[in-house]
Amino acid sequence: MRAIITILAVAALASVPLWLRDPYLLNALITTGIFVIGAMSLNLLLGFTGQLSLGHIAFFGIGAYVSALTSLGFDIGLPGGFRLVHAPWPPIAGFVLAILIAGLCGYFVGLLSFRVRGAYFVIVTISFAEVVRLVALNWVELTQGPLALTNIPSIALPLPGIGELTLRTKMQNYYLVLVVALIAYLLIARLVHSHFGRSMRGLMENETLAVSVGIDVTRTLTIAAVISAAIAGAAGSLYAHYIRIIDPEVFAFINTVTMVIMVISGGKGSLTGPVVGGLIFGLLPVALRPVMAPEAQWIAYGGVLIAILFVLPRGIVPSLAQRFTRRRSGATALAPVALAETAAKEPA
Amino acid sequence: MTARSIAMTIDQVAVRFGGLVAISDMSFTVGEGEIVSLIGPNGAGKTTAFNVMTGFLTPSAGRVTYRNTALAGLKPHEIADLGLIRTFQRTSVFPNDTVYDNLLIGLHRQGRVRLIDAILGFPGARASERGLRQRASELLEWVGLERRAHDAAGSLSYGEQRLVGVALALAAEPSMLLLDEPVSGMNASETHRFVELIRSIRDRGITILLVEHDMPMVMTVSDRIVVLNYGRIIAEGTPDVIRNDPAVIEAYLGHGAGRA
Repeated sequence: MRAIITILAVAALASVPLWLRDPYLLNALITTGIFVIGAMSLNLLLGFTGQLSLGHIAFFGIGAYVSALTSLGFDIGLPGGFRLVHAPWPPIAGFVLAILIAGLCGYFVGLLSFRVRGAYFVIVTISFAEVVRLVALNWVELTQGPLALTNIPSIALPLPGIGELTLRTKMQNYYLVLVVALIAYLLIARLVHSHFGRSMRGLMENETLAVSVGIDVTRTLTIAAVISAAIAGAAGSLYAHYIRIIDPEVFAFINTVTMVIMVISGGKGSLTGPVVGGLIFGLLPVALRPVMAPEAQWIAYGGVLIAILFVLPRGIVPSLAQRFTRRRSGATALAPVALAETAAKEPA
Repeated sequence: MTARSIAMTIDQVAVRFGGLVAISDMSFTVGEGEIVSLIGPNGAGKTTAFNVMTGFLTPSAGRVTYRNTALAGLKPHEIADLGLIRTFQRTSVFPNDTVYDNLLIGLHRQGRVRLIDAILGFPGARASERGLRQRASELLEWVGLERRAHDAAGSLSYGEQRLVGVALALAAEPSMLLLDEPVSGMNASETHRFVELIRSIRDRGITILLVEHDMPMVMTVSDRIVVLNYGRIIAEGTPDVIRNDPAVIEAYLGHGAGRA
């Protein structure tokens, strides 16, 4: 049953470019897909460890800049009169480096903040994102500052024996994003269902008890932060090579908020939650564009979020799943069994 | 008892919270395979002693040694890795998970496979996972919670939650188990079954240190009893000795009764 739904959902998503010819809508779907990957990575921390990263866009932006700079090359002066010159590499190398370096940043942020956690982690991540934004804005020699990095090459897939395939069209990029999103989804699903995922859940539910059975808090949370940051970095790289121009505005706080909204509305701690929430809030601007000015749209997002959480307080996916199972088992054997159990316990 | 080798040594441990002395100069030992109870009136320092032994609290003075390893400076999860596992008075379960999943979390120490193997679903990781599930079922059967396996742990009765707590601790493969008031909230027949469980745990070679208020239960199950009052050890010995110790009677029943 579950497998059939999954296959149908993937098939439906894969079929979209075959019947959707409107480039504007396809573009919206691609950027939404990229943000869904970001939201999934945020959910790994927020939903499965309970740690709120309010600077999550930093890892996304670092991925974007690393990938762009790797494929564009740079020439910067270092203290002592040295110069660091990097010749352009293929974008696919940038993609890999984006994952590695974003993950490394996740490691340091985790190491710094997980000894204290909670509010401290929120503050450290906000500050981290702001510091990275200021660096991107002011290190003009490397990042062009507000002038933005332009002409970022599209991703080219090396095809052994044939050459390479440069992904220029929207359709190609759509499939690229879809494949990366599926890999990220599978990775997170495997992780969550492994013994490592159980350690994360244990820590979130009852840290003292988790520690007492031998779970290492700092290590578990740091690994989660590394993987989360690495996936966000991959999303950032996709973004850079698709949009082909990035400026420090990518680090804006509002982008983190968008990801948080996607996770919360879809349902944190649910694997499909960020996908559902991401699709809703990614495509809402498209639906609202004919009727509302962009400024007014933010108010509408707030309204939609409040409406969702009012009706489905745990987020769309967990709340609906709960209703579904309750309805299925509600009328059947549950009530008599519960009665029989209490009856059996009384004389004891 | 004299031939037993010593598992844990508590050597001149003191704990002060500011001016308040929670424990002063506490020394005793627990032998391998022994069931020792730590008793005393409310506020005598029993739970504080537990917290010191499991690394949740650093003593102001003195040292705790377990199987020749000094516990000073070790984090709670590192102490758990030595095989010293505790249960808690209040927060004894992961409330939102099923009882079965609770045990799988508790089996953490047995389930350490390389993360990359788990993600890629390598045979080693899968076999380890099967082993864990098998072990979780065995543990459920041992403590008698099979029927509750798929209920959320938070929905269980208080007494049953205590049992889940003990099963969780057993899942961590202890060589010594510290039980903090395990039968509080249990009715008489549940307590009776729990005593049987404690004995069966000991029969598997696990040393047990028990903090408990239920005197009949303590008297039945313990090999030796250590009595604390106001952070001090006032008596130590077998249940028979403790039952007739004037200092103990006085601590529990008051001065007049002690003489009576």
